[in-house]
Amino acid sequence: MDIASLTAAGLGKKIRAKEISVVEAVRASLDRIDQVEKDVHSFVTIDREGALKRAEDVQKQIDDGRLTGALAGVPVAVKDNICTKGMPTTCSSRILENFHPAFTAEAVRNLERGGAVIIGKTNMDEFAMGSTTETSYFGVTRNPWNLEHVPGGSSGGSCAAVAAEECPCALGSDTGGSIRQPSAFCGVTGIKPTYGTVSRYGLIAYGSSLDQIGPIAKDVTDCAALLEVIASRDPKDSTSIDRSIYVHRQSKGPDSQESFKGGQPAGYDFTSALVNDVTGMRIGIPRDYFGEGLDGEIKEKILAAVRVLEERGAVAEEFDLSLVPYAIPAYYVIASAEASSNLSRFDGVKYGYRTQDYEGLHDMYKRTRSEGFGEEVKRRIMLGSFVLSAGYYDAYYMKALRTKALIKQAFDQAFARYDVIVAPAAPTTALKLGHSLSDPMKMYLGDIYTVSANLAGLPGISIPVGTDSKGLPIGMQIIGDCFAEKKIIRAAYTLEQTRAYERPALAKNASKVQEHGADDRQRKEAVQRREAVQRKEAVQREGGAV
Amino acid sequence: MANKISDETIEYVGILAKLELSQKEKENARADMEKMLDYIDILNELDTEGAEPLSHVFPVYNVFREDVASQEDGSEDTLANAPVKKDNSFKVPRTIG
Repeated sequence: MDIASLTAAGLGKKIRAKEISVVEAVRASLDRIDQVEKDVHSFVTIDREGALKRAEDVQKQIDDGRLTGALAGVPVAVKDNICTKGMPTTCSSRILENFHPAFTAEAVRNLERGGAVIIGKTNMDEFAMGSTTETSYFGVTRNPWNLEHVPGGSSGGSCAAVAAEECPCALGSDTGGSIRQPSAFCGVTGIKPTYGTVSRYGLIAYGSSLDQIGPIAKDVTDCAALLEVIASRDPKDSTSIDRSIYVHRQSKGPDSQESFKGGQPAGYDFTSALVNDVTGMRIGIPRDYFGEGLDGEIKEKILAAVRVLEERGAVAEEFDLSLVPYAIPAYYVIASAEASSNLSRFDGVKYGYRTQDYEGLHDMYKRTRSEGFGEEVKRRIMLGSFVLSAGYYDAYYMKALRTKALIKQAFDQAFARYDVIVAPAAPTTALKLGHSLSDPMKMYLGDIYTVSANLAGLPGISIPVGTDSKGLPIGMQIIGDCFAEKKIIRAAYTLEQTRAYERPALAKNASKVQEHGADDRQRKEAVQRREAVQRKEAVQREGGAV
Repeated sequence: MANKISDETIEYVGILAKLELSQKEKENARADMEKMLDYIDILNELDTEGAEPLSHVFPVYNVFREDVASQEDGSEDTLANAPVKKDNSFKVPRTIG
């Protein structure tokens, strides 16, 4: 059996049934990493020893009944902007190259409480700024479906790791599409939750009002299970919410004026929404998302998926969302403004890189930052500093916040009529490496379908709906109203039941090798043990002679 | 309208951003920023009159906790990351002449 090809929920079940030990599960991940990492490069840090040690500890806790959850014993990879005590956390930046966090992010602590085993930290665009994982200081990650193409970004490492089956699931973060777009590019499933659902404590901030941590996995079931574990109200993050006191409205057609009071409770029981039924669900298809600029094959595959949902009883309708052209400029103003403020903490004093030569404090700050940050990060810090500066603040920053209010209103109107909105995750499938870096504007425009959910705080899921003629995966996005994760999970799950999970050839080939490899490893270990005994005996003989 | 960023503005933004840019980097930054601002200016087409600037997207409720004192000394862990340290403190260049 090839353990690496299992889903997180499937693996967890076999671990609880004692069919697979936690050490075996972790070994399977590490073996796959050994096989494919040289090609894919999903990871910045791999914690082999720590993971194997932790595996033994988790196994004991499962054996004596202390750990019973769905993810107990399951290996998980964590994006490298999420703090992990005992493991470096770099944001894929030179300025944090040697940073060892003094604490662990709340989302990761929740994973640990659930018995997950953190196997390593995944590559990303530097400080999550980028859509290709090419701005990483530690080199690019490649798309497991085609190594000449990008995995998307900024959570490219996490998505590539799941697609290549280096781990069954991973955490990413999403500020403007950084979970949903790479999930689409790598043919996996990812959720950006409602703002505030997962604590941001320990997530190194990029755009604080937009950032959310979320799950990435092979299927909707795994994502729901993972979200159920990581979501929590956390007093250490004042923007985290208690979902038990929020309710989401019911869509009741155009005249609905219901607010957040008086609907279904938002709750934390995401797996309860894994229901294969969309009877009566209203699906909105924004015309503005399916016009010019969208690749024809993507449009075709997504509309085909909508038809499948209609056959299952959903009611789909086109509508005009409006304001779509304003989302990207508003997003880049707000995200850059927040980034310029958030990244001011990297000054060469408290942690991270410090320049070697400097004259005085101010010079030290400037040189440290100029040498420590990469090009894209500096570009956004400059833009952010500009839009917040006296004289431009009203014209740019306040204007963007007013635009955000109007975008939120447009979604409010849409969700008065529809349960979910269907959209592409990106205008194209994964581009070739090096294609976007030459023209940042072009890369920014690729975020057109994802940034609005961040601006309006909405949950969104990206699920695979097939491949294009180049053999690259196509992702469909399902966006829900604030707190309405269960609706998007239900829609995505229902769609998923109609199609099989597609694996990249790289993972299939690695599986074949790995199945033989397990026997090989046992043989190799036996040889090593025998040699060790022989050496010991030889030493004893020689020692006796001396 | 094409945005033109003056040398003074680039200098000023560099000071705000605490970045030291070479002449070439300044030129690039200027070109990038002009291009970006030209694009962002599309927002001017949109009438935002009467729209309140929105920072948080849904109503948030204050959550209180008991004011309980706790003894936590994380100084060792915190200082472990300091590029330069001295006597349980971060060491920085002289700030007063």
